[in-house]
Amino acid sequence: MLTMLWRQTATGLRVLIAFTILCGIVYPLVVYGVGQIPGLAAKSAGSIVYAANGTPAGSSLIGVDPVAANPAADPYFHTRPSASSSDPLGPADTSTSGGSNLSGFNQKLLDLVNQRRELIAQREGVNPALVPADAVTASGSGLDPDISPAYAALQVPRIARVTGLSENTVRGLVAHATSGRILGFLGEPTVNVTTLNQELQEAQR
Amino acid sequence: MSDTLAGILQIVALLLLLALVYKPLGDYMAHIFTTDKHWRVEKALYRLLRVDPDAEQRWTTYAMGVLGFSFVGVVLLYLMQRLQAFLPMAFGHGGVTPSTAFNTAISFVTNTNWQSYVPETTLGNTVQMAGLTVQNVLSATVGIAVAIALIRGFIRHSTDRLGNFWVDLTRGVIRLMLPLSFVFAIILIATGVVMSLHSGVTVTGVDGAQHTLPLAPAASQESIKELGTNGGGIFNANSAHPFENPNALSDFIEIFLLLVIPVCLTRTFGTMVRSTRQGLVLVSVMGVIWLTFVTLAWLAETHPNGPATVAAGAAMEGKEVRLGIPSSILFGISTTGTSTGAINGQLDSFTGGAGGLAMTNILFGEVAPGGTGTGLYGILVIAIIGVFLAGLMVGRTPEYLGKKLGRVQVTMASISILTMPALVLVGAGLAIALPSTLGSMGNSGEHGFSEVLYAYASAGNNNGSAFGGLTVTSDFFQVTLGLAMLFGRFVPILAVLALAGSLAKQKRVEAGAGTLPTEGAMFGVLVGGTLILVAALTFFPALALGPIAEALS
Repeated sequence: MLTMLWRQTATGLRVLIAFTILCGIVYPLVVYGVGQIPGLAAKSAGSIVYAANGTPAGSSLIGVDPVAANPAADPYFHTRPSASSSDPLGPADTSTSGGSNLSGFNQKLLDLVNQRRELIAQREGVNPALVPADAVTASGSGLDPDISPAYAALQVPRIARVTGLSENTVRGLVAHATSGRILGFLGEPTVNVTTLNQELQEAQR
Repeated sequence: MSDTLAGILQIVALLLLLALVYKPLGDYMAHIFTTDKHWRVEKALYRLLRVDPDAEQRWTTYAMGVLGFSFVGVVLLYLMQRLQAFLPMAFGHGGVTPSTAFNTAISFVTNTNWQSYVPETTLGNTVQMAGLTVQNVLSATVGIAVAIALIRGFIRHSTDRLGNFWVDLTRGVIRLMLPLSFVFAIILIATGVVMSLHSGVTVTGVDGAQHTLPLAPAASQESIKELGTNGGGIFNANSAHPFENPNALSDFIEIFLLLVIPVCLTRTFGTMVRSTRQGLVLVSVMGVIWLTFVTLAWLAETHPNGPATVAAGAAMEGKEVRLGIPSSILFGISTTGTSTGAINGQLDSFTGGAGGLAMTNILFGEVAPGGTGTGLYGILVIAIIGVFLAGLMVGRTPEYLGKKLGRVQVTMASISILTMPALVLVGAGLAIALPSTLGSMGNSGEHGFSEVLYAYASAGNNNGSAFGGLTVTSDFFQVTLGLAMLFGRFVPILAVLALAGSLAKQKRVEAGAGTLPTEGAMFGVLVGGTLILVAALTFFPALALGPIAEALS
């Protein structure tokens, strides 16, 4: 029995080394190589969006909340809250990812939700009851690039007021950053905050 | 389109797609493991590795192959993590601590992919690719090999040979896992999944703030993570992370991938035993359980009872907007019914009902439709117990697929079934008895208990998902959860291979008037009933203290 175990283990070691080369080096590097062809390369590299001057400004897949220099004149669309921020509504810590893992019965989560609702209602100058669910809850990744169309619409009047653009122009930008369900039935309608803020900034030039 | 209709269409599309590939993929897998012909590249490999591909093994040799191979897998993965500082593309990450490296090595070799570390800040590319991606492929294929050996036990007679583990493994990797992983890795890149060898990219946002976004060779690992029912994320947020799961289409593809092999293996089984209806019965049982759990969890998640969720207006805590509630439920139930354990939303923040159903799905022994291979042998063991119980009722020697189920067979089936509950209940009980556990919980009360129970359920069943609020970095959790994964994987494998060996030795018995028919709906009800009976008798008290209490409050 022991000799058999020993012999099988020795074979196992040889097989493991061969498959480590095949599955751990050859396979990922070939996938990487194919990922470099045009059409895939930008996606492989993280769907980076660039500012007008050519510097990387973010990823269209990653949402990090922008912070207004003057909170009284806040010119940005805001993402959902991130569990990696120590503030109820602060920007995510991008070195990690994850959710709050707080349950619906957790007092801490109840307090956070109420606090966020008040802060957002104040910022937008609206009735707290109008703030949608995605605005007051932290995402699963902490890096959710999207908000619901309802949360985007809630922010339009403030953006228009602060930036001096007409509400119609801002609504047009939101519409441009909005995606419906894929194939009509997969997922949810979304507004991409990263690309929206980028386009908003360009519209102000 | 209403949310409900869109969600239903998504489920229908998923089922249609699985039905479409059921026969071709199932039959292809049967072909892989029955043909006499070796591919040229395989022959070269066998020569190089000094394996005689035409030498068949007894169940004991086959089992030693599985154990020896997994042992060297654990050792290599442990050493790679410990010596990470000396490996290329480590990006300044040093060696992983001994307890985390121990836990992670076992976790990936046992197909659990439980993660007690933050990948972004712990692992570089070499450990991810040459360590973790490799075990994603291999552990999944080992599971399939064991299931195939069990099928051979049924279809062979008067022999002590079950096939050759090294041949089954090699063919599984070269003819099935690698080609499919490759194709779907490219498809996933096309949907937006990253595939980068850089550690990260620094960006300057509209507000002028600089952030570094971690990158990773994600696509090659993502496809096998789902296809092999592994579940370990290359990022901490797993498939909730936009770089792993950028949109609802990638999400749909990932759910399809993690279901496709376990589902089609029932066809492989049916084809190999020369009665595809035998496979259809099993897949129907799996499907009914899956659909029931999806429906109930979806209902629970859209009718939240937690005060915080009610105050927010919807159960969106821990979920991504692009995926929403239906896709998160579909993903959560599909990954807990398989041994995947990937998440696209934080299960700890699910409602008590939906989170409890995810946990119950695991505690059913992951057979709806189960992990790659593990799901099939799991439900076959349940079927054996079912046939045995039916035999007791009418006072006849039970037989299944032309084999008598005597003392040896029922003993092995029982060992295979009872190992997991013992690990889960003893492990969770021990942890709860420790005063320090209270400080590790992320939530209090019933939900805190659920976090601990879930951890041992996940480890004992090699699932890998978590109620992530529980801090599991203490040596106690690292070691006990590591042991639960180890025994939860290999005790049932040994029992199943012993069972296969004992079945292959028997002569075939022809079906007689007293033989229980195992091709129809009645047998499906018997298998499903046995499954529910075993799980309910074992876990109802524990579940009542956690998720049931929460769902009813």
